[in-house]
Amino acid sequence: MTAIVFYFQIHQPWRLRRYTFFDIGKHSDYFDDAENERILRRVADKCYRPMTLLLEELVEQHQGAFRCAFSISGCALQQLEQWAPETLEIFQRLAKTGCVEFLAETSHHSLSALIDPEEFRAQVRNQHERIQRLFGRAPTAFRNTELITSNAIAREAEDMGYRAILAEGADHILDWRSPHYVYRPEGCDRIVTLLRSYRLSDDIAFRFSNKAWASWPLSSETFRDWLGALPEKDDFVGLFMDYETFGEHQWTETGIFEFMRHLPGAVLSDPRFRFATPSQVAADCDPVARLDLPNPFSWADAERDLTAWLDNAMQRSAHQAVYELAEAVKATGDSDLLETWRRLTTSDHFYYMCVKFFSDGDVHKYFSPYATPHDAYITLMNVLGDLRRRLGVPLESLLMP
Amino acid sequence: MRVLMLGWEFPPHISGGLGTACQGICEGLAASEVEVLFVVPKAFGDEWAPRTRVVGANQVGWNEEASVGPKSRTSVRRAQLQLDPQVGWNHALGAEVLATGAPAAREHAQPTSFVHSYQIDSPLRPYLTAREYSTWVGEADGHPVEVDLPPGSAPPFPQQRDTAGWLEWTEALAEEARLQAAPSTWVHHEFAGGYGGDLFDEVARYARVVAHLAAQESFDVVHGHDWMTAPAAIAAARAAGKPLVMHAHALERDRSGTAGDVRVQALERLGLVHADRVVCVSHYTANIVHHDYGVPRSRLRVVHNAVTQKEQRAEWHTRRLVKDPIVLFLGRVTMQKGPEYFLEAAALVVKIRPDVTFVLSGSGDMLPRMIEYSAKLGLARHVHFTGFLRGKDVERMYSMADLYVMPSVSEPFGIAPLEAMALDVPVILSSQSGVSEVVTHALKVDFWDTRELANKILAVLEYAPLRDDLIQSGREEVRRMRWEARGSLLRRVYEELMP
Repeated sequence: MTAIVFYFQIHQPWRLRRYTFFDIGKHSDYFDDAENERILRRVADKCYRPMTLLLEELVEQHQGAFRCAFSISGCALQQLEQWAPETLEIFQRLAKTGCVEFLAETSHHSLSALIDPEEFRAQVRNQHERIQRLFGRAPTAFRNTELITSNAIAREAEDMGYRAILAEGADHILDWRSPHYVYRPEGCDRIVTLLRSYRLSDDIAFRFSNKAWASWPLSSETFRDWLGALPEKDDFVGLFMDYETFGEHQWTETGIFEFMRHLPGAVLSDPRFRFATPSQVAADCDPVARLDLPNPFSWADAERDLTAWLDNAMQRSAHQAVYELAEAVKATGDSDLLETWRRLTTSDHFYYMCVKFFSDGDVHKYFSPYATPHDAYITLMNVLGDLRRRLGVPLESLLMP
Repeated sequence: MRVLMLGWEFPPHISGGLGTACQGICEGLAASEVEVLFVVPKAFGDEWAPRTRVVGANQVGWNEEASVGPKSRTSVRRAQLQLDPQVGWNHALGAEVLATGAPAAREHAQPTSFVHSYQIDSPLRPYLTAREYSTWVGEADGHPVEVDLPPGSAPPFPQQRDTAGWLEWTEALAEEARLQAAPSTWVHHEFAGGYGGDLFDEVARYARVVAHLAAQESFDVVHGHDWMTAPAAIAAARAAGKPLVMHAHALERDRSGTAGDVRVQALERLGLVHADRVVCVSHYTANIVHHDYGVPRSRLRVVHNAVTQKEQRAEWHTRRLVKDPIVLFLGRVTMQKGPEYFLEAAALVVKIRPDVTFVLSGSGDMLPRMIEYSAKLGLARHVHFTGFLRGKDVERMYSMADLYVMPSVSEPFGIAPLEAMALDVPVILSSQSGVSEVVTHALKVDFWDTRELANKILAVLEYAPLRDDLIQSGREEVRRMRWEARGSLLRRVYEELMP
């Protein structure tokens, strides 16, 4: 049987308010609470609530045959607890059904795996505990921020006890291999990697409402037929996507909810298919081969690399500047200050500084609260300036020669 | 393809950015194999661009029987247009042609068929206001002119100086140009005011010469730049039965705010409303043209300006030894350029970085007030006024600066920031500028938001990676802005109008 594995990502950053040079030393109110609340409530109304209610219905209707997985960043969970607790309760009800798996990730959707292993483990532990507390079950599968994966990151996840790590089914990694089998990253003994089937995932996440697309409008039956055309021996198909696909990126009017309402029934009508969660697949299927992942890669942009976050000098220096403060922040023993600092580690702040305006820039622009990447850089640097002042760390490394 | 292009100046004889832009446009068109006949009020002879012939309206001769000295009364009997053969099209050459006015060629040409009879001298400058014109004329000698005109032809100057009056006159002018085949029947007519009239008389005089030139030249499209060429462009297009493109570089509203000169606005409207296509230097300008003059968007096209590529001027890159940061404003000190916002931001910056020097370069009607204002803001120690800079001093000033700020209130395009970027100077731009539409590696700020301007000035001075991005990526970005690409866009605009 081939398992269909849905995994939905939920994340909301703590966006910064406009923080100028003149605010440094005057106040330390960095985050734009009003804007963050507005966005969270809007997305909860358009996507999180209706889609989760729909999934609850589907789980009930198919009596356990429909399954899926979520990863909800710590930042998003904090915001849901604060501004949409009734939506969080729906997720908690879903967790109780046993049909939905919650994955582990870094608490602050950070790039810490690439720069600070100790902080990475701390954030994963925090998130692990938060998931256990909110959903009553300790996570057994892991996804790193933006699916950024490498042999080393997989090894870290393995050491922390996870059985599976999710990754992009990137062409440059797979070469001639199929993403529909379970692999074991080089240098790992127990953990397996489950890869995203990016064409089928993007048919739903990106192309669904594109009227210029030959397959528009896409029906549940057509999608089922595409799955049916895959080789019989395939172990699983990883449909990994942002949860905001449903109702936010693809509006209700596009028919995305109706598509999802009928998809499980359509898929289950073919006895070859079952739905499963990542940990189930990891338990049921043996790895067919080792996969070498020497360099970190992601699910972002056309390049599937890290250039959306850490490419130009502004991104790298700002990222460096955040982590330079790690030690000083932790030395204060001030948990509020630590939380504030961790919110600055969130990958989104660096994504906003991306200047690759030509191929993927429009996507970046859509998600950015800033008019330009330079504005994003200046704001974060000003905030760090204030944080440095509070910590008594000099700013010299950034001053003009 | 050939264009009859009408402008007011052409490098090296320029008073503003329009001439430089026109040269770039000609270079760009040459790359797209478009030939240009460029008519300016007065050609000096050393204007040059590939595939472009620059003709001064002063070189368009009306044959006369009695030759006259430059300052005497000029009497024109047979108003038959004739062009100096030395400035004729040269199909074989392309670039060489344009040496039309090499001094030797002119010397050779003058005694023969070219008769200096219809001097349109050059009080016309793209950024001249009517008031500045009268000042200028007051200092110059008058040159009364008499000409013969065909019966029933247009009066020498429009009677009504509103849009309708100009249109009526322009149409009569086109008719006159078409009918000029029978000079013997022409009657003597005297120009009333000669040069003593106003700026608008000059506009009319230029239009008359251009209309006659158009009737005997062969070209595919007329392309006029800014309001001063509007009557000439319309008359030329109608006389030759060719489509008309007007190019909006700067609008009266940009120059004068809401209280513009109504006579200028009448001509601006004339050109914009009657053109088959209006090329705007930015979306910013296109929006104003659409909203203020009701030109439908279907007739508007945006072709941004580009940068004439110069060699790397390494000589200026030797920096000072002792280095306090310099933040530069360089431009005309007028309301449009927002110098007061520069000073207000300076006052905020020096509170945090007292080592920063602000340099305000340029002259203009607001300069005295700005000097007073800087004193009032307590900036005496921090602000230097250099006055008007030219040539090499401009480049030297740019290369001394750590940051260039253009806080314009309204800027149709604004080429100066690109020049700064080409010289490795980081730039902060007003969002109310056309150039901000084409630049990624510059900081942008609403001109009125002086606190944000100050924030960004400090950020550039403090954060080296930001400064490096603006310098390095900015330089590459400017290198990519070639006139060649703009030329092919313009050619496409012309092609839309071809039968």
